[in-house]
Amino acid sequence: MHSDRAPLTLKIAAAAGLLFMHLPILLIFAYAFTTEDQSFQWPPPGLTLKWFAVTWNRPDVWAALGLSLKVAAISTAMALVLGTFCAAAVSRSRFFGRETVSLMVILPIALPGVVTGIALRSAFSIAEIPFSTWTIVLGHATFCVVVVYNNAVARFRRTSGSLIEASMDLGANSFQTLRHVILPNIATALLVGGMLAFALSFDEVIVTTFTAGQQQTLPIWMLEELVRPRERPVTNVVAMIVVLVTLLPILGAYYLTRGTDQVAGQGK
Amino acid sequence: MTQVQPAHFTSAGGIGTRLSDILWRHPRLLIALLLLPPALWLGVIYLGSLFALLAQSFFSIDHFTGLVKYEFTLSTYAQLIRPSNFDIILRTVVMAFCVSLTSAVISFPIAYFAARYARGAWRAVFYLGIMMPLWSSYLVKIYAWKLILAKEGILTWALQKLHLEWVLDAFLALPVIGGNSLSVSTAGTFIVFVYVWLPFMILPIQAALERVPPSMLEASGDLGATPAQTFRHVLLPLALPGVVAGSIFTFSLTLGDYIIPQIIGTSRLFIGQAVYQHQGIAGNIPLAAAFAMVPIAIMGLYLWAAKRMGAFDAL
Repeated sequence: MHSDRAPLTLKIAAAAGLLFMHLPILLIFAYAFTTEDQSFQWPPPGLTLKWFAVTWNRPDVWAALGLSLKVAAISTAMALVLGTFCAAAVSRSRFFGRETVSLMVILPIALPGVVTGIALRSAFSIAEIPFSTWTIVLGHATFCVVVVYNNAVARFRRTSGSLIEASMDLGANSFQTLRHVILPNIATALLVGGMLAFALSFDEVIVTTFTAGQQQTLPIWMLEELVRPRERPVTNVVAMIVVLVTLLPILGAYYLTRGTDQVAGQGK
Repeated sequence: MTQVQPAHFTSAGGIGTRLSDILWRHPRLLIALLLLPPALWLGVIYLGSLFALLAQSFFSIDHFTGLVKYEFTLSTYAQLIRPSNFDIILRTVVMAFCVSLTSAVISFPIAYFAARYARGAWRAVFYLGIMMPLWSSYLVKIYAWKLILAKEGILTWALQKLHLEWVLDAFLALPVIGGNSLSVSTAGTFIVFVYVWLPFMILPIQAALERVPPSMLEASGDLGATPAQTFRHVLLPLALPGVVAGSIFTFSLTLGDYIIPQIIGTSRLFIGQAVYQHQGIAGNIPLAAAFAMVPIAIMGLYLWAAKRMGAFDAL
């Protein structure tokens, strides 16, 4: 067993790196309680819970949150169907154009978001499709497919084909095999893929600015506040809540895939 | 495992069974059916939009009417090499390069420690420590840096406490990278880019380092190499595909981003902002499309070179 100790400089560099990644996010929590409402003054002159109540009573925040949740739910559902189909086809056999399918799925996140955004926007204007919730969903589902696909493909690879054959030999037809054998086997992979797709959609802003028109998802609302600040303390509170909410799917995905060789979320 | 009862299955005859028999006997049909919805979605809607965009870049805009002229021309691409536009491209590429290099330097110790020394609970700490910033909201991360870099923010405060504010002032006085405060300087844009894309660099480097057998590093030491020599001649070459794979992300993401330089930075444009402005306020879709082709072309070249270096095995 090889178990020497890490050199001190490596320990310090790694710890400093991790601190650099986490301290800025923690700072958000401090600012949510500040009494200062005009500048980003540090240290906060006083602490208050007032801004939580103000945020709670803001209809625009609720409307943006509602739209974000709706878009994320529909996009995730679509990505689950498309991603699982793709993964099933790719893992079942080697066929002509298999590599092309993998490339196609990865392309929407490999290309810069601004390219996807402007491509969809100009396609909408050529086809004269008015902006709606569905135009946002169209963009989101396109790049959410890949996270579902990555998780499902890894699971299909580890699911033995003999299970399916055994089910068929015992007299089950394809649909029964799907229902009783395949789905239980890939369920957690789909759950993880779905949670990550949801988180990806919930947070997306670059493509959304091109496909939303006048509608505001929560990230678009935040972006508006960053570019033209109206009420900074409300932004602080919303930012803190967003941090807390996005932690949940990540912790969930971690606990579900713990102990397996696949690493959830690597495909973002 | 659930107990399967044969009687339950044989009773479900009829059209379901016949359909299922057809699918079982014709696996190609099944694959075709499975691929049809994703192929329609990604192939028709997504690729179709991309090709429509590509086509637009070969049109031009009539400067008198402000309307798009649907005639084939390369004049829109010629506009890209005008000094004002070429500066934007050059600035973005230099930024992407610096961001990738810095991310690699900061990532390496984290990835190396996580891959080689983190065991048990520390493994979980490192895993979540890398995953949580990766999945935290992109805008919240940018906002956090707006708080930090603001003139009245925590960084200035900390430097004042250390009596080091003259360092910051001297730095901000520098041409090109400096500015009024860090939140309106190119240096600020750079810091935020590095911060936001860092996890995308750590993960592939970690994946590459996990495949380096520790015995190889011991062998190098046994043969008389100093740690620095082992790093230079053994570890780094083996980690390089991971670094290149990570740089694909950092490079591509920097080339296409328009929000970070808009919120933290100067008024000097980056490619993403140019695309956004030309399609939005200016209504010059052909020029926006031509600008959008620049990151695609650069990433195409980059991916081709990376593939030759074997970087995809590290993904």
